[in-house]
Amino acid sequence: MVIGFTLNGRKVTVQAEADDSLYTVLRALHVSSVKCGCETTNCGLCTVYMNGRAVLSCSVPAPRCEGCEIVTLEGLQEEAKLLGGCLADEGAEQCGFCAPGLMMNVFALAKEKPDAAPEEIDAYLAGNLCRCSGYMSQRRAILRYLEMKRDALAADGQEVRER
Amino acid sequence: MAAFREYVFAQSLEEAYRLNRQKSAVIVGGNMWLRMCGMRRRTAIDLTRLGLDKIEEEEDAFRVGAMVTLRALETDARLNAAFGGAFAAALSPIVGTQFRNGATVGGSVYSRFGFSDVSALLLSLDARVMLHGRGEVALEDYQFEAWDRDVLTHVVIPKGRRAGISSVRLSATDFPVLVAAAARSASGLRLVVGARPARAMIVCDGMDPARVTPQEMERLAQSIPLGSNLRASQAYRRKIAPVLLMRAAAACMEG
Amino acid sequence: MREKESQMAKTRGGVGEGVRKKDAEALTTGKPVYTEDIAPGGCLVVKLMHSPHAHAVIEEIDVTRAEAMPGVVCVLTYRDVPDVRFTQAGQTYPEFSPYDRLILDRHLRCVGDPVAIVAAETERQALAAMKRIRVRYRVLEAVLDPERALDNPTVIHPEENWRALVPACGADNKRNLVASGQDAEGDVEAELAASDVVIDRVYTTKANQQCMMETFRAFTRMDAYGRIEIVSSTQIPFHVRRIVATALDIPKSRLRVVKPRIGGGFGAKQTAVCEVYPAIVTLKTGLPAMIVYTREESMTLSSPRHAMRMHVRLGAMRDGTIRAIDLHTLSNTGAYGEHGPTTVGLSGHKSIPLYSHGMRAFRFSWDVVYTNTMSAGAYRGYGATQGLFAVESAVNELAHALGMDPSVLREKNIVREGEAMPAYYGERANSCALGRCIERAKEMIGWEQKYPARTMANGHVRAVGMALGMQGSGISGVDTGAVMIRLGDGGMYNMSIGATDMGTGCDTILAQIAAQSLECPIEKITVHGVDTDTSPYDCGSYASSTTYVTGMAVVKTCEELRGKILRAGAKLLGSTPDACLFEGESVCLAQGEGSVTLSRIAEAQMTAGFEDISACVANGSPVSPPPFMAGCAEIDLDPTTGEVKLVDYVGVVDCGTVINPNLARVQTEGGLMQGIGMALMENPVMDASGRTVSNSLMQYKIPARTDVSSVRVAFEPSYEPTGPFGAKSIGECVINTPAPAIADAVYQVSGVRVRDLPITAEKILLGERE
Repeated sequence: MVIGFTLNGRKVTVQAEADDSLYTVLRALHVSSVKCGCETTNCGLCTVYMNGRAVLSCSVPAPRCEGCEIVTLEGLQEEAKLLGGCLADEGAEQCGFCAPGLMMNVFALAKEKPDAAPEEIDAYLAGNLCRCSGYMSQRRAILRYLEMKRDALAADGQEVRER
Repeated sequence: MAAFREYVFAQSLEEAYRLNRQKSAVIVGGNMWLRMCGMRRRTAIDLTRLGLDKIEEEEDAFRVGAMVTLRALETDARLNAAFGGAFAAALSPIVGTQFRNGATVGGSVYSRFGFSDVSALLLSLDARVMLHGRGEVALEDYQFEAWDRDVLTHVVIPKGRRAGISSVRLSATDFPVLVAAAARSASGLRLVVGARPARAMIVCDGMDPARVTPQEMERLAQSIPLGSNLRASQAYRRKIAPVLLMRAAAACMEG
Repeated sequence: MREKESQMAKTRGGVGEGVRKKDAEALTTGKPVYTEDIAPGGCLVVKLMHSPHAHAVIEEIDVTRAEAMPGVVCVLTYRDVPDVRFTQAGQTYPEFSPYDRLILDRHLRCVGDPVAIVAAETERQALAAMKRIRVRYRVLEAVLDPERALDNPTVIHPEENWRALVPACGADNKRNLVASGQDAEGDVEAELAASDVVIDRVYTTKANQQCMMETFRAFTRMDAYGRIEIVSSTQIPFHVRRIVATALDIPKSRLRVVKPRIGGGFGAKQTAVCEVYPAIVTLKTGLPAMIVYTREESMTLSSPRHAMRMHVRLGAMRDGTIRAIDLHTLSNTGAYGEHGPTTVGLSGHKSIPLYSHGMRAFRFSWDVVYTNTMSAGAYRGYGATQGLFAVESAVNELAHALGMDPSVLREKNIVREGEAMPAYYGERANSCALGRCIERAKEMIGWEQKYPARTMANGHVRAVGMALGMQGSGISGVDTGAVMIRLGDGGMYNMSIGATDMGTGCDTILAQIAAQSLECPIEKITVHGVDTDTSPYDCGSYASSTTYVTGMAVVKTCEELRGKILRAGAKLLGSTPDACLFEGESVCLAQGEGSVTLSRIAEAQMTAGFEDISACVANGSPVSPPPFMAGCAEIDLDPTTGEVKLVDYVGVVDCGTVINPNLARVQTEGGLMQGIGMALMENPVMDASGRTVSNSLMQYKIPARTDVSSVRVAFEPSYEPTGPFGAKSIGECVINTPAPAIADAVYQVSGVRVRDLPITAEKILLGERE
């Protein structure tokens, strides 16, 4: 069947099987940031946004994407560099294989809970497994990233007020 | 992997119902579990275009659409206010936010998984399921029926109860080893145990709150059919059942 | 002093700096850098058909219907592969692991053992074709219990061409024995008899899974010269070349192995688990082929930790002096012998030496047996983790038997710097800050206030537990790594390595060592690895070898390179090398004015009349200096359910000089978390027929970030004279302490001593109080 959706702001049309997943479709489109780590819907590596909501692309039936907005890390490169820098400053990216999925969910967290405390960060990201880091460095990096986002927001506000 | 040859967006409940009468069809909820079960079907039926993704508050109940996600249920302010935060408590340990963004209430309730925290909680709250076909059925009956070919459209949760939930898990995001849910209404307490590891069941109804004592929970727990699986033995479940029942009961009485 | 300052100014990103990993931006922006991402279009999809039986012989196999399916290019069975046995273990030749495998064998030795290889244009086609393969099995009696394997009438490897290359292992396939031996000093029985207290216990550990996020995968293609290129997510490219050549029975010159970015290894990829399958498809068809293991395959037919049963006898005097340790380890290697003979050695050689200080005798003996279970392999810690669970638990049990604080008991008995370690091949602890590690760990966890236990307001009980750990730094006298550095245009350095960064950051760490040695900013060092056609030889990244072994090769290479630069610079200055100085950015005259920039020297090299400025030096070490560490766990027990929450874990490490504090810290935190998972939740389970039930990340739970609230790390560096800038290793040592430390904290609060991992709520609640 033919499925049309928006991928990172660009309209795409793909030929897919009725039982293909969004993950399969994205990999076929060479969207390399999206990874698969489990096949049992619980590692978080394949996280993408579907109409603004973080979902596991391995479990989204491809046909369901018809007309949807799909965003992957490829579409958020500026933000990825910012958060990626925070991770790299801790050495927290390690093998990097789980990084894109984690980062997608961190962006969702930043939107939903910009002031998240460490326990809230852990709870929100619990579905993003990582075997290298032991999570502590990621937590430090994410706290730093959220702080940078808040600072930037405050600076913007300041600027607006001054004008 | 589940395999299907065609994927149909039902345009009406009637169409979904008609398609689903065929043994070769299956309704796709969040596709979290379905994709893993390896079933082969000709037709996959999609309900996403039927407006079943809303939580509606009515005078005496909440009507939760079958396609409402677990995450929506977990974070719904009205539900949590009405039931003492039990939904947030019950759902937040399930895998992760993205998983709960996908998994649906209808999928959870229809599948009647033994490990379901959702089913245990809903059962304690005396929820009913709306089936296109048969109409309204009490969850307490539906819970033990065989998988049917009706279309589950809503779960109706009556107001006027406070709920509490308590579980033991081997790791934070794992299935429960055992889960207890309790709800208190004017007619007393209802206690439910799930992940026995079989389907959640009511272990006591209309209990006088004054009877909620460790001794009573101990007595109750002896009669619950419990079993063993990969996660725990029957003996362990037997030993923690009264503890969890007591905690769930205490939580619903605090609320 | 002035000289030091000038060097500091020139070196940037050198030893001791927490610089970012060189590949960080590519990894955190999702660039296509992993095996599957860079596979050529049109790769055949390779799938394996797995044995449903733990032990069987293929009586009949018919693939004609499968071959006729659309898109199918080839279906291979045991009839299509060379009758040449090999091992998948990534070890230096001649391997200790026996040559006991064929690519496909008629004799199936565990559930999952490959029955057939299917290659098709798409995955769907390959899977559909597999369903059409008809097999008739003759099911044999299976040996699933390692305690019954030795001399069992059922022989798992009866084949005549089974071969053990190293006779010293004591292997005998007719007895289901892969290795057997003993190492001892002093009269253990006499010392035990003379001891006031003898702790006599049995401990067991399971076949834990590494669970790297990227499963096993590789693709292969034929190049313009008729050679097969293997691109693989591997820790051992050079060993893969030899292993695949042996398995395919083709000359090694026909193979080239490339390692791209790897999504984690932890030892799993020190075994060539999957490479032979696409390689034989490419060899037979000439077409590119790729295999990507499913998670289920990665959990059921891979290279997990060797499950071990350890019998410890530990003798001590009433004052706490440990006189003797006797350890016997029975290790289960599974259906094949990968890493069987070697992992077992570490269970004693890297646990007993911790207590060398006053010990008068030790004995360490072992047996490694075949069973009809998944073949084990290498997992971070490599036997030491198992042995340390046993020995450290026994030491904790001794402390309680004596009524002593376990930390005080340790302080009394631990090996001191400069002391000999008879149970560690007689090596001396030339760098050892273990005492400082214990002290610091106690301080960080608040041992004095918290030991042994306290009851909380909610009825929970909290306690602290301690354990020590050690490992090696490379395999002494065996591991070797070479490094090649060339001076390039503009004064940059191209560094080629054969060591395999698997996320650990060794590309960056080796560059830091080079920057320090060449007195330049790290940005000037490019790193390239690994391609067996162009990289210098390195046995690979395993055995905690890379920083120590290959790092020293960097130091030696830089030394030689500096000499060549100096010669070229002197020539340009019209002087002689001994009258010139290497200044990092330039070469200058020692006396008077005159200097020439590195950039100018690099250009000159590209002109006739100048020698090539490059160096390639290999390094191996006759010793394997152990890193040491102390770990302290604080747990919270709910006595009504037996649930344990790890409140805090503190790890203090002596890895010698810390080259990159950020990366060392993450290695430690990550290793501790794996150790914590092994201690508390990771539970490989097999059913009665030998099928692995814990076959996914849903059934085999690794820690999520909500499982552990705090892991804290500190370093107490010693200075290792044989290591680069004083460094030892860190990668493996850090996984060893959690299981025994947590087990002891659990004992303090529950009275239940769990001697078989994992430590579950059920074992605590239903366990017998001692």
